[in-house]
Amino acid sequence: MRNVQYREALREAMQEEMRTDDRIFLMGEEVAEYNGAYKVSQGMVEEFGARRIIDSPISETGFAGLGVGAAMYGLRPIIEFMSWSFCLVAADQIINNAPKMLYMSGGQFGCPAVFRGNNGAGGQLGSTHSWCVESMFSSVPGLKLAVPSTPRDAKGMLKAAIRDEDPVFYLESERMLGMGARGDKDFSRYLANGKWAPPTFEEDDNFVIDFGKADIKKAGADCTIVTAGRPVHFALEAAEQLEKEGIDIEVIDVRTYRPLDIETIVNSVRKTNYCVVVDQSWPFASVASEIASQVYERCFDDLDNSIIRVNNDDVPAPYNRTMEQEMLPNARKIIEAVRNVTYNA
Amino acid sequence: MNEATLLLSKKSEKTFMSSAAQDKAQANQIAPELSNDKLIDMLKSMMQIRRFEERTMQSYMQQKIGGFCHIYIGQEAVAVGSISALKSDDPIVGAYRDHGFALARGMDPKYAMAEMFGKVTGCSKGKGGSMHFFDKEHHMYGGHAIVGGQCPLGTGLAFASQYEKKDNVTLCYLGDGAVNQGAFHEAMNLAAIWNLPIIFVLENNSYSMGTHINRGTAMANDLRAKAEAYGMRYAECDGLDVLDVYTTFKREVDKTRNAKNPQWERGMIPSYKREGEANGPCFMNVKTYRYKGHSMSDPQKYRAKEEVEAKQELDPINRLVNLLIEKNISTQDQIDEFDKAAKAEAQAAVKYANESPDMPQEELFTDIYVNPYGPYKKGELPEMLKGKDLGE
Ligand SMILES: Cc1ncc(C[n+]2csc(CCOP(=O)(O)OP(=O)(O)O)c2C)c(N)n1
Ligand SMILES: [Mg+2]
Repeated sequence: MRNVQYREALREAMQEEMRTDDRIFLMGEEVAEYNGAYKVSQGMVEEFGARRIIDSPISETGFAGLGVGAAMYGLRPIIEFMSWSFCLVAADQIINNAPKMLYMSGGQFGCPAVFRGNNGAGGQLGSTHSWCVESMFSSVPGLKLAVPSTPRDAKGMLKAAIRDEDPVFYLESERMLGMGARGDKDFSRYLANGKWAPPTFEEDDNFVIDFGKADIKKAGADCTIVTAGRPVHFALEAAEQLEKEGIDIEVIDVRTYRPLDIETIVNSVRKTNYCVVVDQSWPFASVASEIASQVYERCFDDLDNSIIRVNNDDVPAPYNRTMEQEMLPNARKIIEAVRNVTYNA
Repeated sequence: MNEATLLLSKKSEKTFMSSAAQDKAQANQIAPELSNDKLIDMLKSMMQIRRFEERTMQSYMQQKIGGFCHIYIGQEAVAVGSISALKSDDPIVGAYRDHGFALARGMDPKYAMAEMFGKVTGCSKGKGGSMHFFDKEHHMYGGHAIVGGQCPLGTGLAFASQYEKKDNVTLCYLGDGAVNQGAFHEAMNLAAIWNLPIIFVLENNSYSMGTHINRGTAMANDLRAKAEAYGMRYAECDGLDVLDVYTTFKREVDKTRNAKNPQWERGMIPSYKREGEANGPCFMNVKTYRYKGHSMSDPQKYRAKEEVEAKQELDPINRLVNLLIEKNISTQDQIDEFDKAAKAEAQAAVKYANESPDMPQEELFTDIYVNPYGPYKKGELPEMLKGKDLGE
């Protein structure tokens, strides 16, 4: 097994795709000479040169919009936001222009761009820097939105994102960048398909994970947990605890909120008859709410109890270290939710 | 014919007439590189836009057209003069007042009119409307309705052509209201640091809706400052004079065409000059005027009738007509024929739009994704592009 960090997996995906397609370029703040604010693009300017790895000034509207224009022209931009928190100043470009260009132009101009960067609480960065954008942006038709949770997914899904003809919002996590072959904690025994790291190059040098396919990270019989991104790890942590109590949960990583693989979720709920949805954005009108309501619509009769959502607390992210951990949809909250939802089992 | 039609057709009976004073002003201004044919083409193109827009207004009043609709009358020389200075594959992009530059770029008026009628035969299949015309065949990357939002897009087009080592120049049109948007300033800065082949074309008609430029824009009386702030070339021209627009653009487009990005060389630390670079981007202040309201719903309380009338005296179409007659390039009879043809074409566009089928229900879910999923379906290209070489 290769010990590939999440950040290296992202880099490998970009490098491999860039080697075969000159139309792909990477633009963002500090991606070239600084080697990436989080070292995702380390060494890439050496390999691809300053024409293709481009340091942008701090002008998110400018360079995100540039990416849209370049994509309309026929290039394949990868636009890195140092954090998704900073994309908010570029809202018009990324949620007006990128996803709607194809429609407004009657199918003439698409936007095959990838926007990627850190999403969610880093470490004590306070409320301006801790945005989780999946709930806000998943509601916009025309874009695709991915939230990879492991180095393996980070690589395979980014390759799919780059090849996609539509705009992709790719939500990484500062807290996972250093995650290696086993994750922060070794949950590999749970992995349904036994894989956490990307395959070796010999095994598969054209490894791509298609969008719209949820992954059962841990199979289980008693309760379905639906989640994505960093909270997948919280869910696995909860699984470990709950196992001791004799509750065997199934952890579904949806991987992409748009498209959403509702079939896999529904099949799981039909099996377990219980469902908890976990997401790291605020609860009101969140992806968790959306999934809960889709599950109700499709398997009301299969549910033995109501669905419980576990979200970030409905407050701005605090600076205080303990409180920041407390507000997240952490393992403790998930465990409580599972206990509450399965009490009548 | 209902009342609205009558009113309009009465107005449009007014022919384009000469006036001695304007002749003088224009006498020496014919650009040497402009052939008679090209001059006549420019006249026809302006007439086409004028007559098309009259029909647009009529159709709007008849409620065939909905939404916001911004008329280009008065500004024809800007689109026609600037686009005449381009190569056919140079990208253009602009704001919502986009009928003029779509037609000037070569879009068949029937697709433009059908778009406003919301018909599936429209240039954007009835999904964009008046403010969102696109034409891939003619490298027209859209009308964009969020003020200033097109500036980063234009920068991206220029970036892409430079990246591909092509020698294109992008024209990015914006209104005088857009210079107060952050998007404009970020785009200007990016164009400057990477020396992109782009001209930001300020269609300065003195008003953003009802706000006079001097009320909303600091340094409105010296817009060169906006260019200097980014070390970018500045130029200005008389947007009511198509020849001045053309010659100024020809000069600046040629300079911009060779813009190379100094930062492709790693470690290169650029430096800047206030006046910009000969082979770099440009900010072009085109002084123009719109004769009609901001949009179809504007009673124009913010400006005096006399102000509009004074500008109409300088009408860009009349001025070119006068010149062509004076120089014996054309006769009044020929010009009347051109005008008749323009009217007929505009009328035919309305007929086409009227008779086109409505947007079918299935179209609601197409053109949302190129690689669709779930409820979405792949769309067909607009009628306008079928069988066209799109260079793909
Ligand atoms: C961001 C944004 N704010 C407000 C509007 C509403 N709006 C549409 S056009 C316009 C005036 C723009 O004037 P200008 O840029 O001078 O262009 P002109 O209409 O003169 O062609 C305004 C305020 C908008 N479309 N986008
Ligand atoms: Mg204006």
